[in-house]
Amino acid sequence: MNEKYIEVKNVSKHFDKVKAVDDISVEIKEGEFFSLLGPSGCGKTTLLRLLAGFEYPTKGSLLIDGIDVTALPPNKRPTNMVFQNYAIFPHINVEKNIRFGLRKLGLTKLEKNQRVEEVLSLVKLEGYEERYSNQLSGGQRQRVALARALVRRPKVLLLDEPLGALDKKLRDDMQLELRNLQKSIGITFVFVTHDQEEAISMSDRVAVMNEGQIQQLSQPNELYKNPNNIFVSDFIGETNFLNGKTNEKHGDKIDVSIESLGNFQVDNRLNISANTNDIVCGIRPEAMMISREIQSDWDISLPAFIKQTSYYGEMTRFYVEVKGIDQVLTVSSQHFDNQSFKTGECFISIGLEDIVLLNKK
Amino acid sequence: MWGYVNKLYARSDNVKAYTLLTPALIFFFCVMLTPMLLTIAFSFFTQINMNEIDYSFTTDRYVEFFNKPLLTSLLFKSVKISFIVTFVTLLTAYPAAYYIAFYVKKNKTLWLILMSLPFWTSYLLRIFSWKIILGTKGVVNSGLITLGLISEPLSFIMYSQTAVVITLSHAWAAFALLPLYVSLDKIDYSLIEASRDLGNSRLETFWRVTFPLSLPGVIGAILIIFIPTVGDYVTPQMVGGVDGRMLSYMIQSYFGKVNNIPMGAVSAVIMLAAVASITMIVSYVTTKLTQRVA
Amino acid sequence: MEQKNNSLLIYTIFYFLFLYIPVLFLPLFSFNDSNYMSFPLSGFTFRHYEDMWSKAPVFRALWVSIKVGVIASVVSTVIALMAAKAFTKYKFIGSRVSYAAVLLPFLIPEIILAVSLIVIWLSLGFKLGLVPVTIGHILFCTPFCMLILISRIEGFDSSLEEASRDLGENAWGTFWKVSFPLYLPGIIASLLLGFIISFDEFILAFFLSGSDPTLPMYMWNQLRFIKKLPHVLALGAIIIVATTFVVLLAYWLRNLGQAKNKDFKI
Repeated sequence: MNEKYIEVKNVSKHFDKVKAVDDISVEIKEGEFFSLLGPSGCGKTTLLRLLAGFEYPTKGSLLIDGIDVTALPPNKRPTNMVFQNYAIFPHINVEKNIRFGLRKLGLTKLEKNQRVEEVLSLVKLEGYEERYSNQLSGGQRQRVALARALVRRPKVLLLDEPLGALDKKLRDDMQLELRNLQKSIGITFVFVTHDQEEAISMSDRVAVMNEGQIQQLSQPNELYKNPNNIFVSDFIGETNFLNGKTNEKHGDKIDVSIESLGNFQVDNRLNISANTNDIVCGIRPEAMMISREIQSDWDISLPAFIKQTSYYGEMTRFYVEVKGIDQVLTVSSQHFDNQSFKTGECFISIGLEDIVLLNKK
Repeated sequence: MWGYVNKLYARSDNVKAYTLLTPALIFFFCVMLTPMLLTIAFSFFTQINMNEIDYSFTTDRYVEFFNKPLLTSLLFKSVKISFIVTFVTLLTAYPAAYYIAFYVKKNKTLWLILMSLPFWTSYLLRIFSWKIILGTKGVVNSGLITLGLISEPLSFIMYSQTAVVITLSHAWAAFALLPLYVSLDKIDYSLIEASRDLGNSRLETFWRVTFPLSLPGVIGAILIIFIPTVGDYVTPQMVGGVDGRMLSYMIQSYFGKVNNIPMGAVSAVIMLAAVASITMIVSYVTTKLTQRVA
Repeated sequence: MEQKNNSLLIYTIFYFLFLYIPVLFLPLFSFNDSNYMSFPLSGFTFRHYEDMWSKAPVFRALWVSIKVGVIASVVSTVIALMAAKAFTKYKFIGSRVSYAAVLLPFLIPEIILAVSLIVIWLSLGFKLGLVPVTIGHILFCTPFCMLILISRIEGFDSSLEEASRDLGENAWGTFWKVSFPLYLPGIIASLLLGFIISFDEFILAFFLSGSDPTLPMYMWNQLRFIKKLPHVLALGAIIIVATTFVVLLAYWLRNLGQAKNKDFKI
């Protein structure tokens, strides 16, 4: 399997003074479901459009399957795009939309018909051939856009926030469908989204982007458990950030004084220096436990007061104040809900292995 | 009683709307519909002499119209010239509208104002300036002679159908530019990108996507240009000479020196019928073609 | 947006030159020291302007056009404003037909309108003159004014009027304090553009005005005589400059207070 199927080499894209993409290098594997994740304006869509050929890089080069595509116009690249608003041609029906890109491939009539049939059943739109764009629902249009791109059998499929306009239930279903589709046809997918849950659940690897640069490129589990910086930790899921000061190193671990809670020894995966204030300790709300009594078998167990709760059905968020800690902490629980604590007094417990030490930067 | 009327008024959108519309509709009925019906009525009468009209119903005047080669040829020429003018104006305006819609990023409004400004200066004067330009002692000829490119002035560019076409393609340019621009600008740019992504070159994308989607503007422009041109009086009179004469000339004659009101009415009705039927055909074709366009 | 396309840009520039240059010849030759409009140019002079200024009929015709123009534009604007309100605010039966009816004068060759008006006017026993001309102009200007006002009204947030009512104003008060000031730029634009349409209008005036000519009628009569030509050019040049100025003013007013929008409406 080609590990360098798509090569982005020191690519930058400047719009006037804005560096939308700032010297990015990344290698995407053949057959991979690769996501670009980040907030609006981070450059993920620009990078995708650079791959598609709708923008040309200010600096750097792009290679797909060994071919330098940097200067190639979009119609000459082995990529196809699924647009955010689907871009279904309103003046022709579904079938003609799907056939639209088959002209230039030099196929026989029979081959074309076969492909169209195949792709229609793949996206489960058999019977919709005669319909026009304004007769389709959002989800159906999305599938037409997908079919239209896939029928050309591109080497790379580029997807620009394709699920953004769908309602939650449909989006969840489509996420599953897309993942299964990708695995069954084996085409390399480059998927852009701002929804971290989406990226994490669908991808083989995710590149988290901010301000034109890649903050971290890892598999989803890694991103969640071992974020490299505050941005990633905050963007993926939720994190409580506590201030502190590092003391002595002990091999892989390091001593940390966390606010006024005391001294603890935590993992130092990122090899942060000793004796510095420029650190934060990240703890995820779901890693913390809320209880009515103190939990002596946990590394840290403190009395706390619930200021507010938000009930989500499957889980509840508790916003608690802990003596010795400045900010309000968020703790989530699937066990207790907003009616479990009458007086608001409770205990918060933390395990040391769940504390992630990060640079303040 | 007033309370009841007030209630009726407050409740019904229909009543409110029509109250506001009353003056406009009065105008329409009295100043437009009735006069036209009257004109149609007159087309069935006969002018006996300078002062007398025979008010008995007859279709003879229509027969007379179609039996006069002069009249039918003027009708035909009017329609023909209008088609040519429409086509030339659209063809020359389209690329400019395209450029402004797709290539201009800032100050689009400024370009649009610039485009439509000539439209607001006196129609009469614009036609007249072409008379200056295309005449035997005019700008084009005296310029070309001074430059030594020709020795005799070009005759076909004045007092001819050609002159009418050139003049009107200039006069109607803004009428084409604006509708074309509006419909081109409305096109979702991602559709064009999608077409390129699916393997089409720039030119192919234009034919397969952009042009079909701009049809509403094209059709609008066609109607705006074609209809007034058929009945245009000033241009054929100023620059058309005999070759470029159109039906409007005869209508003016009939209502003027010749003083044959029924025949004038007949000519007007036939012109109206020609315009209306062509408009309906174009509208029908439009609806078919643009059903699917947003 | 696409990247640059130089050949298309050049075409567009040439096209614009094609649109403008013929119009600019008039002022050019109005300063030419010769009775003929041909190259080479003979020299710069103001005499045509002086010539035009001295002619009484010019001022008479100008005054006629102004009178007719003012009346036509005011009446058209009032009618159009009411109609525009009806079409934008209410959903009602027959709205499509009424809309087409009001726009119809725009969609028919003017000569047919002119001829029909002659027929009815004379049938009623009246004489031709400025009254039928003014009426014809109102008929012709109203659709235009209505389109301008509709596009202006549609650009507005209708919740502004609702807010006014919510805060205690009755319908009349809302109109004067909220709607009218907001519509005012559009109304002025409609008045100005309506005036220009009437001022420049030829066909209806030609057929209906009888012995009292409007300015376009006067120019038409003069255009028949070569010797009198140059002073008409001077007149024309002044008219072009004046109408350009008024149009720019009208556009500026029309867009006043409206957010920048992509759709350009006539």
